[in-house]
Amino acid sequence: MASNAAVPFWRAAGMTYISYSNICANIVRNCLKEPHKAEALTREKVHFSLSKWADGKPQKPVLRSDTPEA
Amino acid sequence: MLKQASRLLSRSVAAASAKSATTRAFSTELPSTLDSTFVEAWKKVAPNMEPPQTPSAFMKPRPSTPSSIPTKLTVNFVLPYTSELTGKEVDMVIIPASTGQMGVLPGHVPTIAELKPGIMSVHEGTDVKKYFLSSGFAFLHANSVADIIAVEAVPLDHIDPSQVQKGLAEFQQKLASATTDLEKAEAQIGVEVHSAINAALSG
Repeated sequence: MASNAAVPFWRAAGMTYISYSNICANIVRNCLKEPHKAEALTREKVHFSLSKWADGKPQKPVLRSDTPEA
Repeated sequence: MLKQASRLLSRSVAAASAKSATTRAFSTELPSTLDSTFVEAWKKVAPNMEPPQTPSAFMKPRPSTPSSIPTKLTVNFVLPYTSELTGKEVDMVIIPASTGQMGVLPGHVPTIAELKPGIMSVHEGTDVKKYFLSSGFAFLHANSVADIIAVEAVPLDHIDPSQVQKGLAEFQQKLASATTDLEKAEAQIGVEVHSAINAALSG
């Protein structure tokens, strides 16, 4: 099935809009002057724990954290 | 009794669709009261039950389109971490839509525009404020309200030109050495955004 509209190159490569938008935002944040850059990088920090489920039980959680452990 | 109800329903629906076949109003523009013939027919058939409500009865009515074009545009410019402008009345806004720089005046035709990395300028009298947007969307409503959302928006003097040049060179190199489609796409995005920032700083 041929696509009707011209898809943007990033969608053709399998990227979603939200990944594209986040990459653009990261690039802009990296081009800032100090002290704005330090502020901006705090916004990039993520902290989450992800666990896949199998047979109704959670498997080992994966913790991804950019905040230093207190 | 149920058979009669469905017959009455289908009759009233057929009548309604026959008369408004050509000029259908949007469901959000119709007044949120029920059709009186339907309600009467319902009450005859099922006097103890409330007539069913339609989704439009639960929705707030759309803000009405003023009959004369307002003099000012109301702008709501939000970022994920802050609301940059809330209900600010301005004369004009120029947004970096993916189809090019788009000037928005009060009374603009309702549009949803995807934004590309570029400069947005807010014009209020002789005052012009410029921001570099990373990407986002702009919703222009019929009542001259513009909702602009972006992930990152920085004033131009917060940008470090040397970082931009460095980044551009880095991503151009990545583009040349990229193997998978995804790497190529990421490098391409990098090159485009950096070029846009360069153009913004010089233009």
